[in-house]
Amino acid sequence: MMASSYSAKEEDGHHSGSAGLGGTAIRTRKPDNTAFKQQRLPAWQPILTAGTVLPAFFIIGLIFIPIGIGLFVTSNNIKEFEIDYTGTDMSSPCFNCSQSFSWNSTTPCRCVLFFSLDQPFESNVFMYYGLSNFYQNHRRYVKSRDDSQLNGDERSLKEPSKECEPYRTNENKPIAPCGAIANSMFNDTLDLFYIDPNGTQTQIPFIKKGIAWWTDKHVKFRNPSSSNPNLTAVFIDTAKPVNWRKPVYELDTDPENNGFINEDFIVWMRTAALPTFRKLYRIIQKKNNMTPTLPRGNYSLEVTYNYPVRSFEGRKRMILSTISWMGGKNPFLGIAYITVGSICFFLGVVLLFIHHKYGNRNNSSDIPN
Amino acid sequence: TKLNFSSALEEERHVRANDRDYNERFSYADNRIKTAKYNVFTFLPINLFEQFQRFANAYFLVLLILQLIPEISSLSWFTTIVPLVLVLAITAVKDATDDYFRHKSDQQVNTRQSQVLIKGKLQNEKWMNVRVGDIIKLENNQFVAADLLLLSSSEPYGLCYIETAELDGETNLKVRQALTVTSDLGDDVAKLADFSGEVICEPPNNKLDKFTGTLCWKDNKYSLDNEKMLLRGCVLRNTEWCFGLVIFAGLQTKLMQNCGRTKFKRTSIDKLMNTLVLWIFGFLICMGIILAIGNTIWEQKVGSDFWEYLQWKELTINAVFSGFLTFWSYIIILNTVVPISLYVSVEVLRLGHSYFINWDRRMYYSRKATPAEARTTTLNEELGQVEFIFSDKTGTLTQNIMVFNKCSINGKTYGDVYDEFGHKVDITEKTPCVDFSFNPLMDRKFRFHDSSLVEAIKLEEPLVQEFFRLLALCHTIMPEERNEGELVYQAQSPDEGALVTAARNFGFVFRSRTPETITLYEMGQAVTYQLLAILDFNNVRKRMSVIVRNPKGQLKLYSKGADTILFDRLDPSNEELMFTTSEHLNEFAGEGLRTLALAYKDLDEDVFDEWMKKLLFASTALDNREEKLGALYEEIEQGMLLLGATAIEDKLQEGVPETIACLTLANIKIWVLTGDKLETAMNIGYSCNMLRDDMNTVFIISGHTMLEVQQELSKDKFSSGLDMEKTELYSSDSVFEETIIAEYALIINGHSLAHALEADLEQILVDVACLCKTVICCRVTPLQKALVVELIKRHKRAVTLAIGDGANDVSMIKTAHIGVGISGQEGMQAVLASDYSFAQFRYLQRLLLVHGRWSYHRMCNFLCYFFYKNFAFTLVHFWYGFLCGFSAQTVYDQWFITLFNIVYTSLPVLAMGLFDQDVNEQYSLRFPNLYRPGQLNQLFNKRKFFTCTLQGVCTSFILFFIPYGAFMTAVRDDGAHISDQQTFAVTIATSLVIVVSVQIGLDTNYWTAVNHFFIWGSLAVYFAILFAMHSDGIFTIFPNQFPFIGTARNSLNQKIVWLVILLTTVVCIMPMVAVRFIKADLYPTQTDKVRLLQQATRKQGPQEQNLRRVRRTSSRRSAYAFAHQQGYGELITSGKNMKVPTSSTSTYPLYSPTRGLTGTSSASICKCFRHQKH
Repeated sequence: MMASSYSAKEEDGHHSGSAGLGGTAIRTRKPDNTAFKQQRLPAWQPILTAGTVLPAFFIIGLIFIPIGIGLFVTSNNIKEFEIDYTGTDMSSPCFNCSQSFSWNSTTPCRCVLFFSLDQPFESNVFMYYGLSNFYQNHRRYVKSRDDSQLNGDERSLKEPSKECEPYRTNENKPIAPCGAIANSMFNDTLDLFYIDPNGTQTQIPFIKKGIAWWTDKHVKFRNPSSSNPNLTAVFIDTAKPVNWRKPVYELDTDPENNGFINEDFIVWMRTAALPTFRKLYRIIQKKNNMTPTLPRGNYSLEVTYNYPVRSFEGRKRMILSTISWMGGKNPFLGIAYITVGSICFFLGVVLLFIHHKYGNRNNSSDIPN
Repeated sequence: TKLNFSSALEEERHVRANDRDYNERFSYADNRIKTAKYNVFTFLPINLFEQFQRFANAYFLVLLILQLIPEISSLSWFTTIVPLVLVLAITAVKDATDDYFRHKSDQQVNTRQSQVLIKGKLQNEKWMNVRVGDIIKLENNQFVAADLLLLSSSEPYGLCYIETAELDGETNLKVRQALTVTSDLGDDVAKLADFSGEVICEPPNNKLDKFTGTLCWKDNKYSLDNEKMLLRGCVLRNTEWCFGLVIFAGLQTKLMQNCGRTKFKRTSIDKLMNTLVLWIFGFLICMGIILAIGNTIWEQKVGSDFWEYLQWKELTINAVFSGFLTFWSYIIILNTVVPISLYVSVEVLRLGHSYFINWDRRMYYSRKATPAEARTTTLNEELGQVEFIFSDKTGTLTQNIMVFNKCSINGKTYGDVYDEFGHKVDITEKTPCVDFSFNPLMDRKFRFHDSSLVEAIKLEEPLVQEFFRLLALCHTIMPEERNEGELVYQAQSPDEGALVTAARNFGFVFRSRTPETITLYEMGQAVTYQLLAILDFNNVRKRMSVIVRNPKGQLKLYSKGADTILFDRLDPSNEELMFTTSEHLNEFAGEGLRTLALAYKDLDEDVFDEWMKKLLFASTALDNREEKLGALYEEIEQGMLLLGATAIEDKLQEGVPETIACLTLANIKIWVLTGDKLETAMNIGYSCNMLRDDMNTVFIISGHTMLEVQQELSKDKFSSGLDMEKTELYSSDSVFEETIIAEYALIINGHSLAHALEADLEQILVDVACLCKTVICCRVTPLQKALVVELIKRHKRAVTLAIGDGANDVSMIKTAHIGVGISGQEGMQAVLASDYSFAQFRYLQRLLLVHGRWSYHRMCNFLCYFFYKNFAFTLVHFWYGFLCGFSAQTVYDQWFITLFNIVYTSLPVLAMGLFDQDVNEQYSLRFPNLYRPGQLNQLFNKRKFFTCTLQGVCTSFILFFIPYGAFMTAVRDDGAHISDQQTFAVTIATSLVIVVSVQIGLDTNYWTAVNHFFIWGSLAVYFAILFAMHSDGIFTIFPNQFPFIGTARNSLNQKIVWLVILLTTVVCIMPMVAVRFIKADLYPTQTDKVRLLQQATRKQGPQEQNLRRVRRTSSRRSAYAFAHQQGYGELITSGKNMKVPTSSTSTYPLYSPTRGLTGTSSASICKCFRHQKH
């Protein structure tokens, strides 16, 4: 490093000697006069001044408050009914079912809950089941699935991913669908009856298709060798998940809703982000404009109690709700918008005050040197 | 540079000439130098090893290993390996290129040819094959290949001349003389081959001016000293050939030993960054522990009950072990708080800033076609924090060109130009020059503007003639005239060269000399003077005289010297003239010129004869010869008649005083460290406005012993301490250094510095020096320069910058935090060792105040934002931990985690880090105290780090909990559920990307098209990649890798999702905006004010810039400083350095006068010592 300089010096000497060389050297070594290289790119140079900041606060305040009010009102107009049927209470009709649960029992335990709606539910009504304290977002739970298998991949069907452990194989047969999520699929059956004032019970008709995301139903989930309509044959070499009462190809009779593309299954497989969640169970379609979908009155909910939650202090709920442009009932957003809008507006006022009282608007004059 | 450590063990060196077998027993270093680190085979292992020694890389390697354990792995391996490989590859490529260039330069030096005497024959050998004990032949203008003992030379008495600019920066020629016994060998190859002397000498060391050894030959012992050594790095001048014996070779040469160790320089931000990364690492572990404990508790309380749905593979796993595993899982997930891309991004930024320095046209010196060059790419932001500048003088502050500028002859000044109204005109490049065409022997490069002097000459005014006659006679210059009229003067001191050249142009041409005569061409006529005596210069006398007999037979004494000295020895009749001249001298000195008074005396024949006898007697005296001679000189130099005075300009580089003033305003302390004499150094101090008349005291420390130095220093400390107390009474609240109204300067001599740098005194030295506005260290060795820098580095914890141009500055340049080399002056040593190089001192201002400030500002903003961004990004996982059973479940999609730092958010922040300008360059230079925040480390420090990480933490909190609140019960507008994990992930990720984009928008002060493109582009790319990765197509190909199929479509078409994103963004951003606004409104910083001003003026349109002009206020008389050593008079009168007029030009037919010099041809007059030809 040191010594290399000698030669450099000699070369320098030669350079200065030959004028022609020097001329070309100048041209090549002089940096280009471009805005980029000289750091003179034209630029917008915003500064946070009172003129920009204060209006921003006011504008945000003025936009947010109406949005918040709109959201709040919309949310309040949504009708929602929720009933807990876990059966932890002695008085609850489902108490017996919840206490005497065993995975092996062959006869399903049934219980009936009665409730009444104070207001009629116009338009379509959506029926949800809600679970609390259920950690569908636990890492070991979340990763315990094989998307290839669910997508109908034959190889994964025979040899599910290791992620599915310990729900990968049962009695040396691959489990289909494998994994903890599938294994713990919600399998209560809920039926809703309208009780006429005269005592007759009418079953409310449910729609069970169209409850899953279109992409899930048509892209993400596919039955293996979908050309073969005989699902029993397709799943012949597989075992059912340990906790399931019936194999995957018997989830429904409708071939469009059976196997991996059963919508209840798909909905379950879309794991919830939080330990308390609700999932769409059925849709009650509006019949006509004249009668409400669910008129005022008494109802009974018949539960086929298959799903145990008592061990981890979980709760099970049934929720009936109507829907608006913003989805279901959601008071949080409306309140949050109103609060934030108000705070912004208020901050704007405070800043305006501070700026006028103490702010130094002409402070560029006292710069030393 | 590697030092050879075997040298530490060597106590004495034995070298036998022409005996390789003997010398090999000691295994001395050979002459190969090696600065490269790797070769082809060792590159990969060594480089990887080095890279993994870096904490960050090792950390990521550990992470990678952790990720391969399935129980722990919470993220796929590719999230780490992709960036890691990228980082390693980029660094490796950079290292490889660097090393390639080192190899090339080593190779180039090692393969240089030199003539070595092998087996009785001169053979061409590569430098690297030269061994200790070899005899090598050097020819004129060749570099010395190793440290040699001079054996013989072409010149009489075994003299040879060398230029040592590469070693100590001194440009005057030095004489070396061989021992008589060896010089008798001449160039007789046979004799030289038989030479079998053995040298016993000191082991290799770095002392350039000392050498002790003995030569044993033919049973005689001869003592050897430095005067017989030719050191590697010198250039042989004016000597046709010489032979030398290699004593030290390669890495053991004094040059290489003086290089100092190359330390890997790191900026303070780097160090801070490393500390912070460690802290973050600690924080990470804390979070890991909290979450692991949480997991243990959860597993016990909830997890065990949840068993039905969630089993472990092995049933033996208990809660504590699960917590332990979770700890590692969280370490993996949360590792993004220490982002791997941080280091790469910082490197990229620095590289970019370096390019901007390279590209800056305002730091391009067109006369030499040298652009500024950032030679290292790691120090840029430190340029914005410099507090101390250590500057060399010669070639750095000055151009090292002496110019005859003005004179005063018999009470009349010449040199100024007046217009027709009698006003003084500033002399510029365009001012017309005096036409010297009447004089065929003139030097074409000489410029003088005042024509009245030539008129006076033409009118044959006797005193004017006498003035120039004196200049032409009284000196120790050797002339060389190769072709008729092509005179070249070889002067030891550039001052003398300038004076004799002036006389030459004004028609008193010094043409040739013999030991007894001097021949002048006075107005075209040859006049030969008999040279009777030279009363030589020394430091005490501060003058020199010659006694000549002119053709008319008159005896004359001509004397020149420091005005104070000469005025004491004038004839009383001269008093009036003395006063006028004295005024003129003040005037000259006020302009920063180096002055010299001239006087003459007619001598009486008898008096002279008697004096001459005494002189002859004294010169043969055995003891006290010096004193006796001095007394005799004194005796005859009495009662002289004043002729006038000369003023020489030690030409400062352009803009030096302005630059120094500007840097001083930026609160940067400038110290001058020079090898020059005290007087010269002070002179320059005055002319660059570092020393001023209005300074309270200028302390001069020049003690020779420890005690003296201590006394001088503590005396100063005491007195200044008193003043300090006084000033503190007036304003006790502010920092004391700034309250000192009194200004002091400290000038310290090399030998005093040696004592002052010892452990006992260094604290006092630092204290005193830091109280002074100006510190000048003169007569310092290269190593001392480094020690001074080291001292300040150690005691003040301030960022230091060293600037120099010569090899003597190398150690200082390497020691300082930042080394700057002035290129294109004296060789390339300094440049090669430096971190930055450019051609002119004045560019330093731009380098620091513009590039440095910007770099620092950008880097700090970059780091703040980077930490903010990563905390905001990562800590969402922490909050999520509380809701997912502490299971280390990620909030985001893995791909998002992989790409967030390297794709979605890297470019906008890079663009900010590259292009941002808080204040534009004009204002940066106009308000130098904008530089202050850098010195005070205000823009990025631990507190700043806390604020920005806190901001990040808050953002992550908001980012998590607002969607949490909103998604508790949310469903889609078609009733389907939406509070699933994937929608949640997409919502938070989108909010995050938008929030950090808005934040970078707020942080960007200077939105160029690139910024716009990157910021908007990043958002666009985010959505593009999001939809691509959630598309059907990619899912059908890799169903396991892209499980998010359709999520983007199904969530981003929901109004509620956008409402959540909007709310989150506003809540994250608005508080920050409010805080910043309040800060800028109530407590505006200097920068804020200047920005407002800048905006205001931009609206008004560009204004004329007022240039800062620095007026020199010094009225100090500059004492004449002969820059040469004493003893040349003797050389001349003895005729030793005169060549026997036989051989001459024929040997050098192609000899070009400026060859080997860098084109500063007027300087070459002073630099080159050449043969007289007659």
